[in-house]
Amino acid sequence: MPTRPEITQAARFEYGIRPDQPRFPGSLMAQLSGPDPLDDTMPVTRTAARMAELQKLRAARADAPMLQQAKRALRQQASTDMMRILARMVRNPRGFRERLFAFWIDHFTVSPNRANEVFLLAAYFEDAIRAHIGGSFADMLKAAITHPSMLFYLDQSASVGPGSPVGQRRSRGLNENLAREVLELHTLGVDGPYTQADIRQFAELLTGIGIGPEGMRFVPNRAEPGAESILGLSYGGGGAQLADILGFLDDLAIMPATARHLAQKLAVHFIGPAPPPDLVADMAAAYLATGGALPALYEVLTQHPSARAALFPKVRPPFEYIATALRALDVDADIIAGATAREANRLGRQLTAMGQKPFRPGGPDGWPEAAESWITPPQLAARISWAGQLARTYAKEQDPRMLLSALLGNTAPAALSFSVRGAESKSVGVALLLASPALMRR
Amino acid sequence: MTLSRRKFLVKTSLLGCSAAASPLLTPLTLAAAPGDNRLVVIILRGAMDGLDVLRPIGDPDFSRHRPTLGTTQGAQDLDGFFALNDALGALMPLWRAKELGFVHAVSTPYRDKRSHFDGQDLLETGRNDPDGTPKAGQSGWLNRALALLPNARLETAFSVGAARMQLLDGDRPYSAWNPGAELALSPQAEALLTRIYADDPLFAASARRAMALSGQSDGMGGGRAEAAKNLAAFAAERLNEETRIAGFSIGGWDTHSGQSRNLPRALGQLSAAILALKAGLGRNWQRTTVLAITEFGRTVAENGTGGTDHGTGGAMVMAGGAINGGRVFAQWPGLSERDLYQNRDLEPTDDVRRYLGWALRDLFGMQASALEASVFPGLDMRENVGIIA
Repeated sequence: MPTRPEITQAARFEYGIRPDQPRFPGSLMAQLSGPDPLDDTMPVTRTAARMAELQKLRAARADAPMLQQAKRALRQQASTDMMRILARMVRNPRGFRERLFAFWIDHFTVSPNRANEVFLLAAYFEDAIRAHIGGSFADMLKAAITHPSMLFYLDQSASVGPGSPVGQRRSRGLNENLAREVLELHTLGVDGPYTQADIRQFAELLTGIGIGPEGMRFVPNRAEPGAESILGLSYGGGGAQLADILGFLDDLAIMPATARHLAQKLAVHFIGPAPPPDLVADMAAAYLATGGALPALYEVLTQHPSARAALFPKVRPPFEYIATALRALDVDADIIAGATAREANRLGRQLTAMGQKPFRPGGPDGWPEAAESWITPPQLAARISWAGQLARTYAKEQDPRMLLSALLGNTAPAALSFSVRGAESKSVGVALLLASPALMRR
Repeated sequence: MTLSRRKFLVKTSLLGCSAAASPLLTPLTLAAAPGDNRLVVIILRGAMDGLDVLRPIGDPDFSRHRPTLGTTQGAQDLDGFFALNDALGALMPLWRAKELGFVHAVSTPYRDKRSHFDGQDLLETGRNDPDGTPKAGQSGWLNRALALLPNARLETAFSVGAARMQLLDGDRPYSAWNPGAELALSPQAEALLTRIYADDPLFAASARRAMALSGQSDGMGGGRAEAAKNLAAFAAERLNEETRIAGFSIGGWDTHSGQSRNLPRALGQLSAAILALKAGLGRNWQRTTVLAITEFGRTVAENGTGGTDHGTGGAMVMAGGAINGGRVFAQWPGLSERDLYQNRDLEPTDDVRRYLGWALRDLFGMQASALEASVFPGLDMRENVGIIA
């Protein structure tokens, strides 16, 4: 039976308890050291391979039946990748690692609109985000901002310096979308020390970055000539080069406003809507002291007294909730990874009804954090319905009373114990447990 | 675990008891509804380009800023100065019947940072701070307006759709439902679930409403326009009963590129929603005002990718039998370089909250002084704008 500290940690920092799985030994930070074996045993498509497939798609443009077939295959692969992402969450004993993955893909939100963007999404998650979860924020920032997925999503691929040779010849111009969101959402935060002029200058600095056949490609002919002055510092001025852009992102990553923004966001995500100010300040200070190492943020976060409080002000968003419920029932991750496209689509519709169309947040600010955003009457109805279906499928192998004890030990609220024991059937008992705040809050 | 893949998430009836669905709470009509007038507020998320929806073709500078988007092609003349984007062409009969109108060159007090999220926050909370920094626990202006409505009850205001709307959030109770959601529980399971949720107010309140509302509407299907139509049809159903105020959202307005393709898609949803409201409301359409508002407008000049970027002044779309339609309300600022806000945006010549405030006053008899004090703090409502007939 799990102890209260184990239950609290699994709720706040992981995807809950999986009864058939021993707890990962050591502290939460221990989960971050070394490679994750699941990256190899449950791989998803990488950027280079997917870009090559998109090239083939372009080559097949003239041949309609072949194009259709190639697109169908890519759609199937994209669906498989998404189910593998869920399956990793369900299987991984390093739950903190998976939660950080979910946090950072939301921080660097890409919500694809076009087919090519959908096909690239899992590769973006893998190469730009997952590879850097335990490393430096500057590396993640540079990888995310220069990945084709982000360049497509925030229109950078279409932005051209108006004074550049390409801009002059084709009278094309600037698009400031990416520059704005990097400052507002990814680094300094909306309260940060920047102005419209900084956005404009940053947008000019970013010109030249575009997408080539193999991935991000820097085209000096598209870059706005001259130096840019951003946040009081000067970048570029020689021949246009990618290094100037990366240099600015390196500087941006370790600005105090960025440290505060990241600390506050992590604390709100894992602790609650009003995290203790000392926690946020200590996290930011530790981050700056290490020159922008992400583990420094996590270390302070997971050791603060508020991390151990048995009070759960947050609600797991739908995708996190279904992973938690599937773990609670010991569902085999291979069943999830091997789901057909039809099954994946049905799950997608159910998640949409819960308020979270999978991997398609409404805007670049990602999914909402507030508990109230996820438990409106229709959303809760969709969760209860899904829990009922899952319970009916798996209840035969479950005794609701044993499950209650395996998941919540001695911490189950009296009303929940009473109701689970008093249910008219095993499946209703399991459904009530899955639909309870104890499984949805964290 | 020996379960076959086929069994993963198979479609089953909910908890196996769908026939026994019986709402714990049935909304009962006991008191008189607060008046007959109806208000629908549609939030257009993503910043609608007012200059493309309602093109100022009479302004000599317009086509210069917009070589591809600023032509008279794809728009029909309304009054010699403004032309309506053809994607709203299905609404022309309403224009002629004075049931469609517009307000142009308006904005909320939000300035300069041009963030969707802050802009929408300000649009929905009705606050007065130009920097727009979100503050925790802010209620929506429509929720605060409910406090000024005598006899307002749970059913009086309805938020429609899957996402929670800040516009209606706050202390005053309101209803929320997503047409298409369904919940069928055995009476016993429902009673046990109610018991489990009793100590958690957030879950308890949502579950109570879900149990009461489930099974009252058909499911949703089809594309985006179909989805918007379904939201509107459900809103109309509620407005024909006890509800007097409804809100929902339509997205897809953030047209940074390919605007000539993307804007008509979003306008198609808005058009479908307005027509579905009219069809669903029947005779009640005559007592209805629809106000569609957006967080800010877009740049006057088109950008290098056939789109427009985040701007300031924008437009509001109005419809309904209760409005003083068939006209465009605007103090036009002009589009020459010196007329623009920060050399790039349409200069807002009025606060859009004045129009919202006067609509509340004319439809529901709320006092202007009370609206200024609690619904739109810091707003000077001045003389009546006259958008309600």
